[in-house]
Amino acid sequence: MDPTVSISLTVNGVAVSRRVEPRQSLVDFLRYELELTGSHVGCEHGVCGACTVRVDGAIVRGCLMLVVQCDGARVETIEGVAGTGEIFDLQQAFAQENALQCGFCTAGMLLTAQDLLMRRPGATVSEIREALSGNYCRCTGYHAIVEAVRKTAEGRGRA
Amino acid sequence: MSRIEKGVSFIGQSVPRPQTARLLAGRGVFTDDVKLPRMLHVAFVRSPHARARIVSIDAARARAVSGVVAVVTGQEMTPFCSGWIGTLAHFQGMKSAMQRPLAVGKASWQGEPVAAVVAESRAVAEDGVSHVRVTWEPLPVVTDPETALDPSTPVIHPELGDNLAFRLELASGDAERAFRDADLVISETFTMGRHTGVTLEARAILADFDPSERRLTVYHSFQAPNMMQDILARHLNLPEHDVRVICKDVGGSFGIKVHIYPDEMATCALSVMLGRPVKFTADRLESFVSDIHAREHRVKAELALTRDGTMLAMRVDDLTGIGPYSVYPRTSAVEGNQTVRLMPGVYRFRDYAASLRVVFQNKTPMCQYRAVGHPIAFAVMEAMVDRAARELGLDPVAFRRKNYVTAEMYPHTSQTGYFFERLSHEAALDKLLEISDYRTLCAERDALRPRGVYRGLGLCAFIELTTPGPAFYGVGGARISSQDGCTIKLEPTGKLTCMTGVTEQGQGTDTMIAQVVASTVGVRMEDVRVLTGDTMVSPYGGGTWASRGAGIGGEAALQTGKAMRGSILRVAAAMLQCEPDDLDIRLGKIVDALTGEVRLELAELGRVAYFRPDTLPKDFQSELTVTRHYVPRHQGFAFTNGIQLSHVEVDVETGFVRLLKHWCVEDCGRIINPRLVDEQIRGAIVQGIGAALYEHLVYDGAGQLLTGTMMDYLVPMAAEMPDIVVGHVETPTAYAEGGFKGAGEAGTAGAPGAVLNAVNDALAPLGARVTDQPITPEVVLRALGKL
Repeated sequence: MDPTVSISLTVNGVAVSRRVEPRQSLVDFLRYELELTGSHVGCEHGVCGACTVRVDGAIVRGCLMLVVQCDGARVETIEGVAGTGEIFDLQQAFAQENALQCGFCTAGMLLTAQDLLMRRPGATVSEIREALSGNYCRCTGYHAIVEAVRKTAEGRGRA
Repeated sequence: MSRIEKGVSFIGQSVPRPQTARLLAGRGVFTDDVKLPRMLHVAFVRSPHARARIVSIDAARARAVSGVVAVVTGQEMTPFCSGWIGTLAHFQGMKSAMQRPLAVGKASWQGEPVAAVVAESRAVAEDGVSHVRVTWEPLPVVTDPETALDPSTPVIHPELGDNLAFRLELASGDAERAFRDADLVISETFTMGRHTGVTLEARAILADFDPSERRLTVYHSFQAPNMMQDILARHLNLPEHDVRVICKDVGGSFGIKVHIYPDEMATCALSVMLGRPVKFTADRLESFVSDIHAREHRVKAELALTRDGTMLAMRVDDLTGIGPYSVYPRTSAVEGNQTVRLMPGVYRFRDYAASLRVVFQNKTPMCQYRAVGHPIAFAVMEAMVDRAARELGLDPVAFRRKNYVTAEMYPHTSQTGYFFERLSHEAALDKLLEISDYRTLCAERDALRPRGVYRGLGLCAFIELTTPGPAFYGVGGARISSQDGCTIKLEPTGKLTCMTGVTEQGQGTDTMIAQVVASTVGVRMEDVRVLTGDTMVSPYGGGTWASRGAGIGGEAALQTGKAMRGSILRVAAAMLQCEPDDLDIRLGKIVDALTGEVRLELAELGRVAYFRPDTLPKDFQSELTVTRHYVPRHQGFAFTNGIQLSHVEVDVETGFVRLLKHWCVEDCGRIINPRLVDEQIRGAIVQGIGAALYEHLVYDGAGQLLTGTMMDYLVPMAAEMPDIVVGHVETPTAYAEGGFKGAGEAGTAGAPGAVLNAVNDALAPLGARVTDQPITPEVVLRALGKL
């Protein structure tokens, strides 16, 4: 018996059809089936946020969602979001503030920060810290990340 | 040196890291991102018991799982990979048992790998693991270090005779007499809980053995590729030059990825056995039971003082449990050793006695994690200092000043024999008080107390061991390089390619090296490309650990840059028919040294040297690839120093500690890149704060880890972390031309002590005091008598 299920979705604007195992997580599908390795696996139990991706415009944990749940969905990963220029200012601010060291949390951090900046364009520092608290960074101590997001918010406010 | 100070230098500038562009675009390449043809995946059967005899392993059902390629037990792997013993000769009397990639006969901690399942995917390998039937005979366990040496406690490895790994007695001066003569003696017992690094990228390794050439290529998330190359060669019985270790992007290391792990050795052995690439990526749950743990110290400390606040002497007893094996090849005795040797070094008193016992127990092996020993040493020392000041009614700032090793005392040798070329405790303290506005904060704290708001301020002065020479590991017999090389090649286009033995895990090693090279050769930053972490390409070196990247790698780059500049100028002089001294290189152009007039582009020099050497004098040979090496020879370590201040508010009803702000002033010598140094300090402080307040690997009496998920093991998050202000004093070392020292661990060294002292300052008006870390709400409420 074939245990796989047929799904169709768009990933970074490209239509994708695959047969997948029902147990496969979204992030494993992205990494191992589509070789979109920009989304990272940090804990596989929904705590660290390294696997954050966007599904139908909302950020989700790629390790907690099964790819079969994404049938018909619009999935965006760091490769896609970086490619469209949507977060160019945020990436620049991260580079300028050295808001990343090893870079493993960065994709999730950028997508979470972008989600906050879209929802709350004038987010305060404490709102930024709160919004990022589901994304672990072990290198920076968060100070530079918060600064980068704050400066991006400021820049967008001026624009 | 003149090149650094004169003309255009990038040293001292906050140059952004060029490699962040790809990490920000999701284009980093971490080890698990590497995929090879015919690649297999391994998952491990791990012991569910802390101590048990392996009666039998039945793999028949696992082998029958579709997609499983092999199931291998410890016995089956033994002919392919020899075992190891994690001892160093200079730790006299140290002992440990033979450890193997997969346990043979017995398992000694919960999580020890006992069998490997290799399959077409990680998911199928895990399916296979669930079908391996191990028959266990659980044995009585050893968990509590306090009773590990009791005659009634079982001996984990009978061949060792007892559970003692290492014992050290240190004595300087006459502590006993000083204690007899003291006006005041304070004594206290501190505990620091087990915690671990939690690198966001778990450990990962991909081994690719080619049986036709008998060559092994290993992609490894690791800090010390040459060390791994040497160890793989010796234990897999391959010629060293046929083993290549490549470290691509590494998702955090902090000392976790610098040790030999059984599962990683097993992965490489499996590739040799199967002749196919085999990948192992730890999942988070197995990381918690298999990554090295750190700390778990119980320290009894006594301090002798005079009434006027002069510290006379100290006695220390440190007991630490390291799991069932001392970790290979750096050993698990280093943390205890550094704890008792570092502890008194900030202060001038001479009489010191310390006793250290390092014992085996049935928990995950413990070894070096960021700031090895320092956080324990300075939490204990500085907590004793604050308590002494409080009991004597003295100001904690004035008390420290009175007892510091002062500026005029350098060079200075500590009570335990550490050599300090020049430290800057007083200047660092002055700067800290200034940038934190300490006195205003004290006044505010005092004003708030009558209103039931309990705020506290905690200082923690520290020293940091950086830039270690061969005395650290080499003399003990470990083949871990203390020297590093740097190679610079001038490309025909006039650009520089630089290869270095130190490695990059996010610190900005490659940026720092590029700054030194660009400055010393005389080119622009964008003209230098740095390559790290490939044993077939990089000059031999130790990698990155013990805050050695700038002090050793930076100095090697500086010496190579100088040599490269000389080589380029010799070619230029031959082309321009003048003397090399008449010329200089500035921002990538050969200029007249006196007038600055541009004489030649480097690209033109490259073109002639590589493609038209016939136009140069017949007896002239250009040398446009140069290599230089550096090892610290004049001192064992380049010590640095600093001081931190933590500002907290304690909720005396709930026991929660809120971090208001944190300051650190440190002195790492000449700073190459201020922003990168500040970010190293900040990140390290947060790891220290994690240790102080949140992170705890809690075991039950049966040796079962109770906090083995990220839901239970609390890693600091953005919401509760404070803003962190970093300041500097710069005291360059005179023993190396660049004057660089290390900065990677200073934050972790001092943060736990600062937080501990701040909490105790907040609790002082209530007569409560905590000495256990992490300082959980429960610890605070118990101290307040509310639990």
